[in-house]
Amino acid sequence: MIVFDGVTKTYPDGTVAVDDLSLEAPSGKITVLVGPSGCGKTTSLRMVNRMIKPTSGTISLDGRDTSRMKEAELRRGIGYVIQHAGLFPHRTVLDNVSTVPRLLGVNRRDSEKRSMELLERVGLDPAFAKRYPAQLSGGQQQRVGVARALAADPPVMLMDEPFSAVDPVVREQLQDEFLRLQGELGKTIIFVTHDIDEAIKLGDQVAVLRVGGKLAQVAEPAYLLSHPVDDFIADFVGRDRGYRALSFQPTPRLPLAQERTVAMGEDVARLDTDWVLVVDERNHPLGWVEPRRVHGEVTSEVLHRGGTVARASGPLRAALDAALSSPSRRGVIVDDAGALVGTVRAHEVLTAIEDTDRPELEDPDHPGAASPAASGTSAPTSAASASSAAGTVSDASA
Amino acid sequence: MIPGIIDWLTDPANWSGPDGVPAHLFEHIWYCALALLVAAAVAIPVGLAIGHTGRGRFLAVNLAGAARAIPSLGLLFVLVLWLFPKLTGDSAFLVPTLIVLVVLAIPPIMAGAYAGVEGVDPAARDAALGMGMTGGQVLRKVEVPCALPLIFSGLRSATLQVVGTATIAAVVGTGGLGRFLIDGQKVQDFPQMASGALLVALLALGLDLLLALVQRGVVSPGLTGRTVRRGNTPVDVEIDPAGRTVDAPAR
Repeated sequence: MIVFDGVTKTYPDGTVAVDDLSLEAPSGKITVLVGPSGCGKTTSLRMVNRMIKPTSGTISLDGRDTSRMKEAELRRGIGYVIQHAGLFPHRTVLDNVSTVPRLLGVNRRDSEKRSMELLERVGLDPAFAKRYPAQLSGGQQQRVGVARALAADPPVMLMDEPFSAVDPVVREQLQDEFLRLQGELGKTIIFVTHDIDEAIKLGDQVAVLRVGGKLAQVAEPAYLLSHPVDDFIADFVGRDRGYRALSFQPTPRLPLAQERTVAMGEDVARLDTDWVLVVDERNHPLGWVEPRRVHGEVTSEVLHRGGTVARASGPLRAALDAALSSPSRRGVIVDDAGALVGTVRAHEVLTAIEDTDRPELEDPDHPGAASPAASGTSAPTSAASASSAAGTVSDASA
Repeated sequence: MIPGIIDWLTDPANWSGPDGVPAHLFEHIWYCALALLVAAAVAIPVGLAIGHTGRGRFLAVNLAGAARAIPSLGLLFVLVLWLFPKLTGDSAFLVPTLIVLVVLAIPPIMAGAYAGVEGVDPAARDAALGMGMTGGQVLRKVEVPCALPLIFSGLRSATLQVVGTATIAAVVGTGGLGRFLIDGQKVQDFPQMASGALLVALLALGLDLLLALVQRGVVSPGLTGRTVRRGNTPVDVEIDPAGRTVDAPAR
């Protein structure tokens, strides 16, 4: 556990970067520090490994005051990931990842063996080991940065906007893999970002800071979205928070409809439906076709690929998005392996949403039902218990 | 003119004895090597310290700039007049010559060293410190290796200048390839002068090539771009993680 106790950072020119911050980052959880620029979130992070020295207050790591520990020792026990990865350009990927174990005196063979395992763990092909950072894309560099921070298996990780310098698609992949990795490793993580979406997606706990380095609110993401304490938080979490909150609500049993499917190359001219779903031999959805407009066989060119696909066990937001983005207005739902289980309409998702609990003060953790749809059979929406939403902000115009 | 140079360079008489090409070439290399070693021993540590700490940059830049403006020949005469009574034998002329060359070589070497360290990616330096490297480890393991291309560029630039300028040693009566220029001028032997100049140029090019080879061996391929640039190799393919939303292929 990392504990900030009345931590203040004042610069010689009088600027207060962090003002009397008290915060606990629980063990095994991701605590996200988020806020506009100038809110002191990076300063707060860097005070944990004493890259910046607090003016007053203490930061302790599992009960030990960090100011009493030797700097280099303290830092070697903390994984550190920064925005542009900060890889050493003159070292190969393998040598980069082996840095901290080598500093700790682990012999070359053992640290390289461990580094190879880590590369695989962060989703990099072992073929990258002998390459140099300049030969990698931004996303790949960031993976190496994460592997390097994990190399000595530190219990604590500090991550300073690690995914903000890569494009949105790669960012999303990195975030998903990061969550998967954290699920396996259970590190105590402090994660800094300016992106509220990222904070909400990744954080077990989100701390919003305001300019001047004051802590505005600490809460679990779902609770933060539904119960902002003041106008600043309400503004900062943004207008789409009602929609974003759906990310936390696992799909209850949606009334899935069976969908007529055809295979690639099949003749659809005689079908009389508006839209028909094309699947591959493993029953994975490929896209929609309109039989009226296809004269003869289904080919790759006539496939409409605009619709997104949601997993049955995923959040409601994805299910709603699948329905909204589908040309047939029927959202495609797949199982965890990616095979089709059925389709759902937007109004059915909305009904499911209305029947779902909003996160409440008493129990901010478990909104709605957690049981995901297991099969593709049509089942009535029944998972949600009676709604008890009260006092929540329902209009987004704050 | 050119036949004259060829005649001079192919005359066996010019390739032997204490006034032959090999003897003066050896002297020339010896002066240059000594001057460069002393200059590097002073300039590289100072340059690295400036780059690492960020302190003293203003002073160093201005001193180095001023040093570049010193006319080498003028400094040589001043030094000879000042040191001549204090030194004996060959060193009376050799020491002033070496000082002139060292003063000439320090600015480019120092500039290369501090610019190299200063130019290290701040993120790499931040990461190195954040991972628990001490200041000395950051310098040795990150800053110096990353600064090597610029350190070499400073060394090579200093070498070219020193090899060219070392000819002035002959003005005060010491050896080196400058002898052919000075002696040739005295007797209006233009082929000898031109041959001497040519030899100096060839020596400069040869040493530069040598340093380039050393540089190639010492500098990490990760810094030079000599490695294959990133491309769409099969290992770039990413398998979709167990994400929440699986996007269909782009329309």
